[in-house]
Amino acid sequence: MNTVAAQTWVRPKQELGPVARLFDWKPFLVTICLLPAVGLLLVFLTYPLGLGIYLAFTDTTIGRSGIWVGLENFEFLLEDKLWWNAVFYSVFYTGIATIAKFGLGLWLALLLNNHLPFKSILRAIILLPWIVPTVLSAIAFWWIYDPQFSIISYLLTDVLGWRTTNVDFIGSPWPARWSLIAANVWRGIPFVAISLLAGLQTISPSLYEAAMLDGTSGWQRFRYITFPMLLPILAIVMTFSIIFTFTDFQLVYAITRGGPINSTHLLATLAFQRGIPAGQLGEGAAIAVSMIPFLVFATLFSYFALARRKWQQGEADD
Amino acid sequence: MAAVSIRNVRKSFGSTPVLHGVSVEITDGEFVVLVGPSGCGKSTLLRMLAGLENISGGEIAIGERVVNDVPPKDRDIAMVFQNYALYPHMTVFRNMAFSLKLAGAPADVMKGEVSGASRILGLDQLLERFPRQLSGGQRQRVAMGRAIVRHPQVFLFDEPLSNLDAKLRVAMRSEIKDLHQRLNVTTVYVTHDQIEAMTMADKIVVMHQGRIEQIGAPLELYDRPANLFVAGFIGSPAMNMVPGRIEGGAFVDAGGTRWPLPKDAAASEGAEVVYGIRPEHLVLDPAGMPAVVHVVEPTGSETQVMLKIGGATVMGAFRERISAKRGDRLPVSPDIGLVHLFDRASGRRL
Ligand SMILES: Nc1ncnc2c1ncn2[C@@H]1O[C@H](COP(=O)(O)OP(=O)(O)OP(=O)(O)O)[C@@H](O)[C@H]1O
Ligand SMILES: [Mg+2]
Repeated sequence: MNTVAAQTWVRPKQELGPVARLFDWKPFLVTICLLPAVGLLLVFLTYPLGLGIYLAFTDTTIGRSGIWVGLENFEFLLEDKLWWNAVFYSVFYTGIATIAKFGLGLWLALLLNNHLPFKSILRAIILLPWIVPTVLSAIAFWWIYDPQFSIISYLLTDVLGWRTTNVDFIGSPWPARWSLIAANVWRGIPFVAISLLAGLQTISPSLYEAAMLDGTSGWQRFRYITFPMLLPILAIVMTFSIIFTFTDFQLVYAITRGGPINSTHLLATLAFQRGIPAGQLGEGAAIAVSMIPFLVFATLFSYFALARRKWQQGEADD
Repeated sequence: MAAVSIRNVRKSFGSTPVLHGVSVEITDGEFVVLVGPSGCGKSTLLRMLAGLENISGGEIAIGERVVNDVPPKDRDIAMVFQNYALYPHMTVFRNMAFSLKLAGAPADVMKGEVSGASRILGLDQLLERFPRQLSGGQRQRVAMGRAIVRHPQVFLFDEPLSNLDAKLRVAMRSEIKDLHQRLNVTTVYVTHDQIEAMTMADKIVVMHQGRIEQIGAPLELYDRPANLFVAGFIGSPAMNMVPGRIEGGAFVDAGGTRWPLPKDAAASEGAEVVYGIRPEHLVLDPAGMPAVVHVVEPTGSETQVMLKIGGATVMGAFRERISAKRGDRLPVSPDIGLVHLFDRASGRRL
């Protein structure tokens, strides 16, 4: 072996060109790395949000730039029965749909967490409603709820013979409200189920074994092990789910357009309705802005409910 | 407290057999250690005792009762897991009291039991902590406390010390042993560490590839290993094993070196055997076999020397301090009374 060569070889000093040196300069590097993200946020998030909030304080209509009117739009909303209806239905829609989504989603997640045959196929199937574009599934539901061609009506009347008339799903207020909630639940379950399943899978099986030896029944294992350990992820998923549901637009707009007689307007659909087809941009923006307190409340809920619990703190070496 | 009897127990996962008929009788209050190399089925057997795996064949009885179909919670056993399996969202107190709470014990009983166990284990100051806020050794003790408060018939331990550092392991070893002597509950303890097995057990069960190689008291296994596997597994440094044959009343290895045999050696002339001698049973002897020093490893209390004797490489462990260098001559001879002979084909002791 030739060891002399190894001793005399010296790593050549690399001369950096001016461009390379510029890219090695930290302030420059930080700036250009941040630029795309900050730019995107400014253009697509901050600007529309700012514009929306600004519009809410003007009497702009389509085709006429308005003037600053202060809180007038909001004062008007407080006396607007439609707005109050939308607030009621938004809260009702979110509340009922969230309860149903979490009940069914948790149940599905627990089922899928067992050893089932064809587990991976089942999981893929469960994700389907979520993968399908919302408008497509909305159109599917529109057909399902159609007064004449509804498949549910067909099953109930012609196949099973339980009814003699078609079901009136979206023709009158309360059935329409419940029908939309059903569609939202159907669409929202996969997100909840898959997220909770991921949470379930982080629970060590030996905890269940220890609990089994400690004398727990199946229900007690859920009550004392599964549920408390799932709580942190449950809180995150619930916050997201509440925000998505409260701001829902596509399902309602595609199926009922807020009807019949404006009974199924959510704040989002009402804002759109006022702002674009009716042209009252200022008022529409005010309705949209009126959603902010609700969303802030949901976020605060997550902030406090998600604050790391005491048992999660400390050394994390396992 | 109860006796445990494992009768011809088999286990397969799917079509893969893991235990091929294992039988162990454990008397009341005994400390039994299952030991064997990784993957030999120790944990599987323990989990079958606990009821966490079903039994593919044979029978397990705890006390008088056959428990094959008894669910874990009705077997009256407590288990300490390798990863401790403490409930992360419960304080030390609630971890320990959990089983009592489920059994509907009144609050003062719960308090009494937990404080009794925590005093034994030195956990009094830690009762309000969460598992994450404890060190490895403390978690290990909580896991033991959780088992103690139940007053089970049988304690099961699955490698409880393998996550601890060497020093703590030695300390916990004597703590567990001490605990056993105090409570006198039948205990089955799984480990792959033969030192742990030797120091703690009343009775050792040596397992290998789903079979039991030998059952016996620690010194019994050391003094009279039933076969080559046990001979190689028990004892550290491991026993020297030299293959060869019996010729003219002596053992002759492959290189032609003659090794002395005990008078009453049970090997017939011409038999193919393995000559076993523990490193600590080689003695320095100027009139002994010509050995050449290969590597010297002083440990302080003794000196381990790797020697070449003829074609064979053997390890010697000597009380004397030896300052020999590589290539020096260091004649040694085996302590004749402590030579083991094994049949080469079957590996059985002769
Ligand atoms: N659930 C399972 N499915 C299939 N095979 C398994 C399963 N559990 C264990 N085995 C196999 O059974 C054999 C024995 O496993 P076991 O866990 O009892 O070994 P062990 O003696 O405890 O080893 P270690 O010292 O590494 O813990 C191994 O070959 C393992 O691969
Ligand atoms: Mg194991």
